[in-house]
Amino acid sequence: MIAPVTIGLIIFYFYPFFRVIRDSFHNIGAFDRDMGFVGLDNYIGMFKDKEMWQTLANTFEYVIIIVPLSLILAMIIAVLLNAKIKGVSVFRVIYFLPAITMSVAVSMVWRWIFNGDFGILNGILGSFGVPARQWLADKSTAMLCICVVAIWSNVGYYMIILLAGIQGISKGYYEAAEIDGATGLQKFFKITLPLLTPTIFYVVIMLIISTFQTFDGIYLMIGPKSQAIKYTQSVVMYFYRSAFDYSKKGYASAIAVLLFVIIMSLTVFQMKMQKKWVNYD
Amino acid sequence: MKKKVNISKLLIYIVLLSGVLIAVFPFVWMFLTSFKTNTEAMAIPPTILPKKIRFDSFITIFEKLPFLKIYLNTIISALVTVAAQLTFCAMAGYAYARINFPFKNILFTATLAVLMVPGTFFILPQYRLMYSMKLLNTIPALFLPNLFSAMGTFLLRQFFLSLPQELEDAAYIDGCNRGKAFIKIMLPLVKPGLVSLGILTFKFAWNDLMWPMIVNTSTDKMTLSAALSFMQGQYVTDYACIMAGAIMAVIPVLVLFAVFQKQFIEGVAHTGIKG
Repeated sequence: MIAPVTIGLIIFYFYPFFRVIRDSFHNIGAFDRDMGFVGLDNYIGMFKDKEMWQTLANTFEYVIIIVPLSLILAMIIAVLLNAKIKGVSVFRVIYFLPAITMSVAVSMVWRWIFNGDFGILNGILGSFGVPARQWLADKSTAMLCICVVAIWSNVGYYMIILLAGIQGISKGYYEAAEIDGATGLQKFFKITLPLLTPTIFYVVIMLIISTFQTFDGIYLMIGPKSQAIKYTQSVVMYFYRSAFDYSKKGYASAIAVLLFVIIMSLTVFQMKMQKKWVNYD
Repeated sequence: MKKKVNISKLLIYIVLLSGVLIAVFPFVWMFLTSFKTNTEAMAIPPTILPKKIRFDSFITIFEKLPFLKIYLNTIISALVTVAAQLTFCAMAGYAYARINFPFKNILFTATLAVLMVPGTFFILPQYRLMYSMKLLNTIPALFLPNLFSAMGTFLLRQFFLSLPQELEDAAYIDGCNRGKAFIKIMLPLVKPGLVSLGILTFKFAWNDLMWPMIVNTSTDKMTLSAALSFMQGQYVTDYACIMAGAIMAVIPVLVLFAVFQKQFIEGVAHTGIKG
């Protein structure tokens, strides 16, 4: 019964896994021509490649901005939706919309909103006297735009997960706290937050992994041909460009290995750290 | 006291409603732009509502791209992926939860290991596999590697594990064999898991960009994601048309979401709790 999955995984995942590692030690050029074993050259090249360092800095910047803001906003909405208000299910559905929408369509409409010449953002800001900007072409704002869109897409999805976690907390704790005269904020910080740490831990891990692999938004809103690409591209974007725009698949394989190692170490690090702040009862 | 409660309620509504505004605005804007002519879309200052509702941009799309074919490709790719994952993952998930066989632990650990690796990692060799199988620019290339899912296997195994063993034993006493017990007793009981996996997989297959964009480069073999991305590259300045394309790509999933919203939301909540 495990045959179909196992055979499929071997062909399309296990074999490619080892193949990527092997390829990262080879020089592979246009039309996948293998120009032989080159030892650590791709890795040394990566170390010397200024664009690679810039890419890593960009990617970490994305993580530092997108992960906490997505988490905090998702948490605020989840807590508010958990209050006794009318129309919770309607709110849930609306907030969830961005999460199910095709990232390509999302990127396109945001690109249009941010458009420097005809975009509605400049239109709205203009009516308050703010001068128009080329949001996506300007390297100082392009990254911010990517972050806004990423957060916009993330919040609803993680809000659902957090809300499910909050609703799983036993009502008894809150009743006891109310008898002792706790305020809403006290209840949040002393009950909800500590008991929610396993869910928060899961959300943080998922957010970091997905933010590290940001691609669609950058590809569609900035684009490989833009001047701003160097200052906005993520590791996965640079991987894609190395493999398909520059036809350096050996080098791209080395980038893939690096990406894997970074994500792996971040996850292991967090698994180790979780003892310090995650409560399992 | 009563008044204070009302004010805080009011505040909650204000915050939530402004959030709704931000969540919905891009959809509204997409919608409004698609009914404008491109000249109107590029008017300065921008108009909010279209002066006259026009379907020009929707017609233009069908002229520029084999849009029906692209729709069909996306539907086929998504449905085949969902059907295959549900079948294969249910079988494997059940076996890992309930049956003892040689090398079980090693195989399961290896399956879990795939989960740890980012999807992009596998893409280059997968692409080369498609090339050597002569499958580039064909419909099967769109879905082949996605038919097999470590995540799905793991998720369904968790669901099977949570069922009491007695249920199955009772079925054997009543004369069921393993296959019958699996299909008649166990599968219906993990339906929430199957629905969650099905929905998440459908969403992924429908929306994925990099893989379909790499393997299929001729427009009549593309999925919606890749075709829209291609169109944006080709007709950079026809904003009304691009928005019309985006609308049409998004609507099927929105309809699906309207019908299955409870399952969608529970599916996501499930993965959070099970994971």
